[in-house]
Amino acid sequence: MRKRISIFQNIDWLSVSLYLILMVIGWVCIYAAVYNEDHSSILDMSQNYGKQLLWISGSIVIAIMIMIIDARFFEAFAYGIYGLVILFLIAALFLAKDVKGAHAWIEIGAFKLQPAEFAKFATALALAKYLGQIEIKIRQLKTKIISTLLILIPAVIILLQNDTGSALVFGAFIFVLYREGLSQNVLIISFLAVLLFVVALMVEQIILLGIITGIAALAILLMRKTRKNILTVLAFMVVAGLVVMSVSYVYEKVLQPHQKQRIDVLLGKQTDLKGAGYNVNQSLIAIGSGGLTGKGFLQGTQTRFEFVPEQSTDFIFCTIGEEWGFVGTSILLFIYLGLLYRILFIAERQKSAFTRIYAYGVASVIFLHVMVNIGMTIGLLPVIGIPLPFISYGGSSLWSFTILLFILLRLDSFRTFVFR
Amino acid sequence: MNRNKRIVIAGIFTVVILIYLARMFYVQVINESYKLSASNNVLRYVIDYPARGLIYDRTGTLMVYNEAVYDLMVIPRQVKSLDTAEFCRLLDITKEEFINKMQTARRYSRFKSSVFEKQIPPEQYAVLQEKLYKFNGFYVQPRTLRKYPTRSAAHALGYIGEVNEKLIEENPYYQMGDYIGISGIEQSYEKELRGKRGLRIVMVDVHNQEKGSYESGKYDSVSVAGENLFLSLDARLQAYAEQLMQNKAGGIAAIEPGTGEILAILSSPSYDPNLMVGKARNKNYALLSTDPYKSLFNRAMMAYYPPGSTFKLAGALSALNEQIISSSTVFPHSFIVGSKSVKCHPHPAVALEGAIQYSCNPYFCNVFRAFVDNRKYGTSENGYRVWRDYIMSFGVGRKIGVDLPHELPGLLPSIAFYDKIYGKGRWKASTIYSLGIGQGELGITPLQMVNITSVIANRGFYYTPHIVKTISGKKNTTRNLSEKHYSKVAPETFNVVIDGMQRVVEAGTARIAQFGNIRICGKTGTAQNPHGKDHSLFVAFAPRENPKIAVAVMVENSGFGATWAAPIASLMMELYLTDTISRPELEKRIIDGNLLKDYPLPGAELKKPALRKDSVPVAKKDTFKVVKNPDQTP
Repeated sequence: MRKRISIFQNIDWLSVSLYLILMVIGWVCIYAAVYNEDHSSILDMSQNYGKQLLWISGSIVIAIMIMIIDARFFEAFAYGIYGLVILFLIAALFLAKDVKGAHAWIEIGAFKLQPAEFAKFATALALAKYLGQIEIKIRQLKTKIISTLLILIPAVIILLQNDTGSALVFGAFIFVLYREGLSQNVLIISFLAVLLFVVALMVEQIILLGIITGIAALAILLMRKTRKNILTVLAFMVVAGLVVMSVSYVYEKVLQPHQKQRIDVLLGKQTDLKGAGYNVNQSLIAIGSGGLTGKGFLQGTQTRFEFVPEQSTDFIFCTIGEEWGFVGTSILLFIYLGLLYRILFIAERQKSAFTRIYAYGVASVIFLHVMVNIGMTIGLLPVIGIPLPFISYGGSSLWSFTILLFILLRLDSFRTFVFR
Repeated sequence: MNRNKRIVIAGIFTVVILIYLARMFYVQVINESYKLSASNNVLRYVIDYPARGLIYDRTGTLMVYNEAVYDLMVIPRQVKSLDTAEFCRLLDITKEEFINKMQTARRYSRFKSSVFEKQIPPEQYAVLQEKLYKFNGFYVQPRTLRKYPTRSAAHALGYIGEVNEKLIEENPYYQMGDYIGISGIEQSYEKELRGKRGLRIVMVDVHNQEKGSYESGKYDSVSVAGENLFLSLDARLQAYAEQLMQNKAGGIAAIEPGTGEILAILSSPSYDPNLMVGKARNKNYALLSTDPYKSLFNRAMMAYYPPGSTFKLAGALSALNEQIISSSTVFPHSFIVGSKSVKCHPHPAVALEGAIQYSCNPYFCNVFRAFVDNRKYGTSENGYRVWRDYIMSFGVGRKIGVDLPHELPGLLPSIAFYDKIYGKGRWKASTIYSLGIGQGELGITPLQMVNITSVIANRGFYYTPHIVKTISGKKNTTRNLSEKHYSKVAPETFNVVIDGMQRVVEAGTARIAQFGNIRICGKTGTAQNPHGKDHSLFVAFAPRENPKIAVAVMVENSGFGATWAAPIASLMMELYLTDTISRPELEKRIIDGNLLKDYPLPGAELKKPALRKDSVPVAKKDTFKVVKNPDQTP
């Protein structure tokens, strides 16, 4: 008994409060998004908000269960959980039905499960376990390769399921690797590579190659003192040139037509507001029409009249933008930022490397979801269908984020018992 | 050192969130265009459908008009609990249908309107309108249906239908819900008839209720009604011809030679054009398109018939013009090819005029041979080429360019065609002599037959046959209708042939066609065909000087030209020229004649939409005979 009391005393109530606030905001927005007078009862199970209430109750039960489980369980079974999820992912590849071109859902009776959602915390656990070992040093090539594999295996299977958005999330773990000792150059170079990719789509290849050569020449001129620097610059130039030249190939051959369209829409190459650009345009209209303070609860016309598609799942942010305005959206962003800060704070107060690394995994995954989802609705990123954490409608997503967060809170509540 | 990395990561998180905040501030607070767009989302574009042009005949009888019907529209979201039983009773639908229709509408959109019930007739609408206030979410949109008060000329008038996606793709003018002419005049004069759509932009509130026009109607446009067409068709003559042709298969075309105006054009069996309108259309179309007589097939312009003896006229004219024969040329009373010989019924030895009068087959086989194998052309191939050019100049073997759709060119065999069958240089007149008497590989439509007759009546030329005389009171200038198309036969050549044609009616094969003291020129034809009994044909024009009407009648598988085709043509000419019928017994025999006994006629089982009494045309009683619909089996 003594032990359990201590668990609830040690729980990080600030994180729990932010978690509950986000879930409530989510439910209110789903209610507003699909509200109509015919189905005004909040318990109407034929409507998304009725079902979401069920998912929320389930989440709370799951959260309590996690808090009861022995904290050491997660470290001990990290690889086991990871392996199990990988099996589920492979099973989904073969068993799942085709939903909008993706094979991501396993049906168990009336219950639909998306294994990709659960792969996120499983990967975070496995990565934490691997990197948390005392003798492991990230500077070693072997370490780099194994941790990269741990991240890539689920990502590739999910990619094979045709669920590009969920696969992209695994890119977030680069922050974890960075925190655990990966050189900052990797972060900078990956950022530059993405930037270069986007620029290459917008600017003529020849001109871009010219610019790269120009920059390289300038750099060599400035740093001509050391031979090593010149070689580095030249190497960079060659790699950048290769990236630029591969872009058109990737764009034409690897990307699927709808993905190309979404990128075109983002870059302003395509302005077909009834076709591919419809979602983004309607989403911007909905958010933009909210103004400073919004139209008020249940007053949003754009989202409720089905002008915005997927308004309770991927585009839920539109409802917030339209009904609560800039005030509402900035409050929401600050809540997310607060939660992320808090998780980083929790991470750094751990004595256990396992918990710290896992905490960075949690923060990175939540951050990437928020960035990609909101970036898409406000037209800064291409349309990639991934949910907004704790807010978007959907059982799999809400439960997996709950598990992700509460494993951390459970580990955190156990921190005083760890003496190594 | 690694602890500093926490600051870097937190910094990246913060920077991204700040960028997003800045973007949101721009989108939500600074930029006004999204607020405007949001209001655009609640603008509704209401189409103001124009009235399609009306169609009158040459005497001003209304042949096609629009009847108002009403589409019941529904916006599912606004539908409140309603008395389903009463609603279904008003619309005459079952509860299951009601549920289905509501589901369909919901599936389309809960917030946008869609058609709940199409084409509600005015009587039903009158009852519905009084109760409509009880049913939230339903409103009516006025549309129109085509109505055909004369119930005739189905093939010529054609019909309209809703545009499909393929049509919209091909022609961006059209939008979903528009009507377009699919056949007949409705198709060929679609541009004139359709008018111009209007558009109203209205603002709607959250509850989809209209809140007035947008920017006080600055961008609204009013619909412009389609143009009214005045046809050259004579509705009375048309209906009479259809009555004469009831229970017979074939085609008729009648033209005013001096102008090329089509006075009557019909294909039999026909159908009541009102069947191709409204809700019953699909069902009726299916019935008509599968009947054994192919009622939907427009025989007047699309059926290839052997012209038989009527074709002797063009052959004779060509030979005369080439001075291969003269009016006094006499041939032996037989035509022998190898072991076969073409014989004739007994009549005195004759020159050209008499040969026409008695329709002497050996004579015209000899004319054909004299032409094609003539030494002055060198080879038979060259001879045939000259002959073919002559025939073609009468409008055979090519489209004449009538202002109705789906006209076919007919068959006039080419040299290559015979080379393929017999080998190059291995055929001559004796191989293909049956062309000389209108048999063999010839295929001519009734419209082409009347056009040849028209050339003879005009002594050498024709105007392009056309059915639309004026458009909104102005001369029809959509096509070149004032050009005289000359045949290769010189005008002075025609008299001897016309003399022969006059003798055909006065003392030859078509004495039955004579009426009153009008000088009629005609030619019978009895065409052998592989499908059974001979086709009965007759071409004629009257009066001989200043002809007012030329007519070609074709009755399938009915026997001698004089038995059916000649009386029908004669009765038509009599009605048109004298306004009376002096031979009621003949008329009765023709009308009662049933040549389609073998199969029951379709149409008997078709549901006929009743015409509203008050909308029956303004036609004078005496100009309008009671027309039994040809679809009806007596």
